[in-house]
Amino acid sequence: MSAPDPHGRDARGPGEARPGALPVLLPFALRKDRPAARLRPAHLWLLTGLALVAVPAWAQGGAAALSPLAVVIKWAPLLLTGFAFNVAISLMAMAIGTVAGIGLGLAMLAEGRILPRLAWCATQVFRNVPWLVLLFFVMFLVPFQVTVFGIRVPLPDWVKATFGFSLPVMANVAEIVRGAVRSVPNTQWEAAESLAFTRRQTLWRIILPQCAKRMLPPWMNVYALIAMATVQASIVGVTEMLTLTAQVHAAEGGRPELFAPLYGFALLCFFLYCYPIDRFTAALERRFETR
Amino acid sequence: MIATIQAWFQQLYETAGFNFTVFYDPYDWDRYVAGLRMTLLLGISTILASLVIGAVGALLQSGPSRFLRALVNGFVVVFRNTPPLVQIFFFYFGLGTLLPDIRSADGLRAPILNNVQWAIISLSLFAGAFNVEIFRSGIEAVPRTTIEAAEALGYTRFKAYRHVVLPLALRVCLPALNNNLINLLKTTTLAYAIAVPETLYAVKQIWSESQNVLEMMLVLLATYAVLVGVLVWIMHRWERALRIPGYGR
Repeated sequence: MSAPDPHGRDARGPGEARPGALPVLLPFALRKDRPAARLRPAHLWLLTGLALVAVPAWAQGGAAALSPLAVVIKWAPLLLTGFAFNVAISLMAMAIGTVAGIGLGLAMLAEGRILPRLAWCATQVFRNVPWLVLLFFVMFLVPFQVTVFGIRVPLPDWVKATFGFSLPVMANVAEIVRGAVRSVPNTQWEAAESLAFTRRQTLWRIILPQCAKRMLPPWMNVYALIAMATVQASIVGVTEMLTLTAQVHAAEGGRPELFAPLYGFALLCFFLYCYPIDRFTAALERRFETR
Repeated sequence: MIATIQAWFQQLYETAGFNFTVFYDPYDWDRYVAGLRMTLLLGISTILASLVIGAVGALLQSGPSRFLRALVNGFVVVFRNTPPLVQIFFFYFGLGTLLPDIRSADGLRAPILNNVQWAIISLSLFAGAFNVEIFRSGIEAVPRTTIEAAEALGYTRFKAYRHVVLPLALRVCLPALNNNLINLLKTTTLAYAIAVPETLYAVKQIWSESQNVLEMMLVLLATYAVLVGVLVWIMHRWERALRIPGYGR
């Protein structure tokens, strides 16, 4: 007799595999993690529901005003351009941040006393300060143009914002690198040392190649976070999707019932972009699971 | 004491040019403290609300109703994969304007929920979606055999859940929970976008009036470093206090 299932949901415990065996007699096993959530028909219903909530004021607009859905369709090309700009900012910030972060992470692992301390402090500061505060920091304190070798290089807002987003990316990537290198067994270092590899050779030829696989899922997580954070650039005046959304709203007469569909459209765009990344990350994590 | 500090910062401004108005101008100081208070209010209320949302969501997700499970799954998926700032705008502008107005005591029209309340609601939902996942993974990490052992000892389903599963699950998911709550505290700065007068908002007001961006920026960085540091310290102490000897590392 098997005990009543305490979860109710998951009737397929380890006992189902061998009928007749008492659950108590089965070997101890941690259950495999179920994928967090799949897109099921219910989700589509939910999205439709959201859309319906977003398009409620059909009749309030009057004859001259466009329906909310028509407004969204009419302005979709412009809003999607803004979204593409968000994606571009996130990609650039990710590229800069990854390169800098790998450097910072290796600095934390370096031998010596001062360099690791400094790198650790920088990582902690940039990780623990809110991203919006960092963005303000860069936007207000970096000049609008710099002079390099007598050439004046203008720094437009979006360049500064990209730089501002790459700072937290850098700190997070540095932590990922450090964690991954720490997770390689010590024996690998010892074996390399006994084969007369120098420290640098050990790091680049033996340790880091093993780490690349472990670093990929958390790195993609950071990317999804930065992609969602790029909308914060609108707060400091960079023209991206949210700024355009507000402008479109004003251009359509500022009707309050347009807010929900327009921001709902932004939500939808980011959802369609970030959800596949999230699923892919989870799939990679399951595949690389070393247990 | 206070007069000495004020005099020192006043002198610092006159001699070195560092204008920390918050530390000698009582008006700026009051604004800064009010902002800090608002950040604490946002932080504490959203942490508590998101914990409740997470616990209820995890309970429903392991419950028998297919409909409720799908609903919780959809909630988690949507809120995890959309930017929190857009969520705040969607709630405050989108849903806030659809709700009917009420008349306040002075006869003025006022929205049912003001910007602070909307910020708390949307930030709690955002962090709650992550908490649902975290709690679920914690509950699933409790071995079935432990539950069976509890049942063999005569625990009812609810008692086994409350006395055996929950304490173990809490300890398993505490590190992930720490991360999420710290993240939530940092996300409260987004309330700035709908003019909630929290620390960032107050500090920005001060620096635009006193023209001391660099100094206030340093104060801002230090403030958040201390706030996050205090939360990390509390959570680590809690983690240590809950640690079971011999369980985990």
